[in-house]
Amino acid sequence: MKLTCDEATTICDKTQYGEATLWEKIKLNFHLVLCKNCRLYSKQNKLITKCINGHEHNINEACNCLNEKEKHEIEKELETHS
Amino acid sequence: MSSTKKNTLNPTKWVHLHADYLFNYTISRINNHDLAKDLVQDTFFAGLKAKENFKGLASERTWLISILKRKIIDHYRKINSVKGKAEVKMNFYSDGEREGEWIEERVPNSWGNEAEKIIENEELGNALDKCIDNLPEKYALVFKMKTMQHFETEEICKELEITASNLWVIIHRARTQLRKCMEDNWFKN
Repeated sequence: MKLTCDEATTICDKTQYGEATLWEKIKLNFHLVLCKNCRLYSKQNKLITKCINGHEHNINEACNCLNEKEKHEIEKELETHS
Repeated sequence: MSSTKKNTLNPTKWVHLHADYLFNYTISRINNHDLAKDLVQDTFFAGLKAKENFKGLASERTWLISILKRKIIDHYRKINSVKGKAEVKMNFYSDGEREGEWIEERVPNSWGNEAEKIIENEELGNALDKCIDNLPEKYALVFKMKTMQHFETEEICKELEITASNLWVIIHRARTQLRKCMEDNWFKN
C-alpha cells in the first residue's frame, strides 16, 4: 500500500494519460493525503498537461514537409552513391 | 489479378515518389525537421545498398518504410546510449535510507495562485516549449510522441523496441524535469 514519492509521482504521470490502474490510483490518493510535496507535484503536473494541450507548439507550426531544394539535395546525393 | 507480377525498385524515382510520404511518417514521430530529413536520406541510401535483397513481394514503398522503421529504432538506440552531459538531474534519492524520497532542492515549490489563470498565456506556452527542447533527446522523443503526437503506449513501445515500464520511467523523468524547469524559468517569484 505504501508508495515512495518516486513511485507516487510516476503513477501521477500515468494518470495524465489516463493509464493508471484502479489500484494504482487508490495507492496514489492514499499517498497524496499524507504527502504535501507530491500533492503539489500532482497539481502542477495537471497544469503542465493543460498547458501542453492548450498551446499551439512552435514545432508543429513549421511546414512539415521537405522543400524542393532539400529533395533535390537528396536526389543528388543518391546519384553519387548509385 | 496476376500473382506473377512482381514489384520492382526504381531508385531514380524514389525521391519524387516517396520522399514526402517517408518524411511525414518520420516527422510525426521524431518532430525534428533536420533529423527527419537525414533519416529519410539514410533510408534511401540503405535501400540502394540492399536493393539486391528486394524480393518484390511488397511494394516499393512498404519496403522503404520497413527500412525507415529500423532507422528510427537505430536512432533511438543511439541517443539512448549517450550518457553524461544532457542527463536529467535526479529528483529522488536513488539509494540509502531515503530512497524514493524527494531530494530537498528538487522539492516542488508553490507556483502561486495565479498559475491556474495564466494557462492560456502564449508566453507560458513558449516557455514550456523551451523546457521541452531542453530535455535530453532520448526523453524528449518519447515524451513528444506520447504527449503531443498522442501515440498509444503500446505503439511507442513497439516502434522503439522498449518496454512499457521503460516508457513510464522516461515519461516520469521528462515530467519531473519539465516541472522543475517551469518553476525555475517561469514561476519563480
